[in-house]
Amino acid sequence: MADSMTSTPPRAPAPPAASATGRRRGLYGRNLRALSLVTAALVTLTLLGVFFWAPNDAYLGFLQKIFYVHVPLAIVTLCGFIAGGVMAIAHLRTRDPRWDMRSYVAIHISLVFGVAVLITGSIWAKGAWGHWWVWDEPTLVSFLLIMLLYATYQPMRFAIEDPERQARAASVFAITAGVFVPINFAIVRLSTAYVHPRTLDNISGNLPGRMQVVFWLALLSVTLLWVTLWRYEMASKHATAQLRRLRRLLAGDESEAPPRRSAAPSVTTSPGGVG
Amino acid sequence: MSAPAPRTRTVVAALLRKELHVELRTWESVPAMTLFSVTAYVLFHFGLQQDSLGGPLASGVLWVTLLFASILAVNRLFVADDEQGGFDAFLLSPADRGALLLGKALSLLAYLVAFELVAVPAFGLLLLRTSLGAALPGLLAPLALGDLGVAAIGTLVGALAVRTRARDLIGPLLSLPLLVPVVICAARATAPLFMSPAGGLPLRWMLTLGLYDLVFAVIAFALFDFLVED
Amino acid sequence: MSTLAALDLREVTRRYGERTALASVSVTLEAGQTLAVLGPNGAGKSTLLRLLATLLRPHGGELHVLGHPLPDEGWAVRGRIGLLGHEPLLYRELTARENLAFHAALHGVARERAEELLATVGMERRADEPVRTLSRGMVQRVAVCRALLHDPELLLLDEPRANLDPSASELVEPLIGRGSGRTRVIVSHDPRGAVAEADIVLGLVRGRATLVAPAGEVDADALAELYR
Repeated sequence: MADSMTSTPPRAPAPPAASATGRRRGLYGRNLRALSLVTAALVTLTLLGVFFWAPNDAYLGFLQKIFYVHVPLAIVTLCGFIAGGVMAIAHLRTRDPRWDMRSYVAIHISLVFGVAVLITGSIWAKGAWGHWWVWDEPTLVSFLLIMLLYATYQPMRFAIEDPERQARAASVFAITAGVFVPINFAIVRLSTAYVHPRTLDNISGNLPGRMQVVFWLALLSVTLLWVTLWRYEMASKHATAQLRRLRRLLAGDESEAPPRRSAAPSVTTSPGGVG
Repeated sequence: MSAPAPRTRTVVAALLRKELHVELRTWESVPAMTLFSVTAYVLFHFGLQQDSLGGPLASGVLWVTLLFASILAVNRLFVADDEQGGFDAFLLSPADRGALLLGKALSLLAYLVAFELVAVPAFGLLLLRTSLGAALPGLLAPLALGDLGVAAIGTLVGALAVRTRARDLIGPLLSLPLLVPVVICAARATAPLFMSPAGGLPLRWMLTLGLYDLVFAVIAFALFDFLVED
Repeated sequence: MSTLAALDLREVTRRYGERTALASVSVTLEAGQTLAVLGPNGAGKSTLLRLLATLLRPHGGELHVLGHPLPDEGWAVRGRIGLLGHEPLLYRELTARENLAFHAALHGVARERAEELLATVGMERRADEPVRTLSRGMVQRVAVCRALLHDPELLLLDEPRANLDPSASELVEPLIGRGSGRTRVIVSHDPRGAVAEADIVLGLVRGRATLVAPAGEVDADALAELYR
């Protein structure tokens, strides 16, 4: 599958700015196989490290290992949301729909990772404090809030039919929400700091040698996993868009039924490309 | 031959005048918010099974009620403009886009102040254990800061939500998470005021709330134009 | 870019998602002339009007209005264009006077101008009633006042005489008709009437310009058949 994505269909009529955009067109699919292999290798290595190399925590025992999944997921998810916001800024400045697509995919993937954060956090809470949910854990609480916010991203997009307006509204949302992420984190932290001092930070702050190594390894793998999934989804959407474009070119503008209303942006060509 | 671009001050004043005229004739926002808050107090009385509240609980109930009531105004804020061509009218003119944001935010602020003039005393009457009169001077600053936050975020979200199909749903879904920090800060700030003996206003929470307002006011200012375009 | 023309469109394109609303439309209009835009429903006529009004951005091609390239210099022309579309752009709860006062403030224009216009269209006596109580013809007359409040050089008209009875049409004629001296773009479903008062005719079908010709060379009856 990776192969077909790395080369643009040879018979496609090239758009006017062929050389520059032609190179960019293959960008998402290029090196995807290599990236996937590296990511898979790293994830495997991390899992091995977590289960066989890192020592068991004195207090929590085996359950503590979920920390290696939960915290990196949380960090990457938050960065992913912020990245989505930055891409949205690029979209508003350049009005290039491709940035909107990138922003959408970034947020989409971060949403999935975010659910994983909540689940792993909940498991951790049950193991450490006996309850499936605790309000003392600021990471968990801010995550709940952030996820509640971002959960409206897709319904909001779906509710706007005009594609350009949809993209612009989505970008405004992504930027606002992206700014909200760190600020919200800080405020929730502030709000729980006085009552409940024990946080994940206490634990991740003073990690002994081996744990540190595995932690950073885990962080790296989750980051690569995010990037790989992002590339995959971009490549897939791109391919779909190319297909639609080709069909329209071959059969005429009106032959294709208007695309179903969707929450996802459908245009990936640059503004000056063939309509 | 064309007139020079109008001054922002004039445009904002004209917008405010228009908003208030429409509100005074349709009575869409302020009465609804007021009625809603009083009903909410009754609900809380029955739901919490308490005759009176004090301290953090009172503070929380007050702010949550104010927040939910504000959502009603946020939902209606741009509806008349969307349905009667207000956006187009504004975009066709040489007036500065920022003036639309300012005019709308100020009118939302006016609605908030208007309904709080009834909602806060009603709270004192119906649910508050301690004396509202004693707490009132201290309440003014958190109320002002809270209102500013709602005005900034509400105007931005209102503009975003109005052109969606499910505008009455998207509005609250977007504003509530964004306004949670406002509730966090404001509730913590006013909790000591409702205790007996009453404490002073914690500066830390007021400062945080002020900063939050500032950040989102800047965001709203920067992004508003993109929402108003066709 | 030499643009003494009031309107200069070259290969202007506007998309709506994956569909094309306007495809490579080119037409030029000199100051003081009238352009009639004809076509069946969905042809892109309203899109064109909104593009010219600076409400939409073109996705391709070059667009110059009153000598300024759009969308970059939209700010320079906004106060010089008057749009009279399907919507009157009036707040129903406000009176005609209040609406015009609002628009006057938006454009930086003196209120007296509103009074003059209201008198010209014969609405001065009913100008203090909420717009929602007025008949459609009256609303249209007030909308004409709104569009002309800032004395625009370029008028963009979408079926301007819809809802107007003959006497109202007469009142409005000096403001928006040929005699007004303004450059005009008229969208119309009535080919014969439009061609009669136009200098140039633009025919749109599915976003494409199928006809761009001086009015004198156009057979209005044939067009009526074509665009039915």
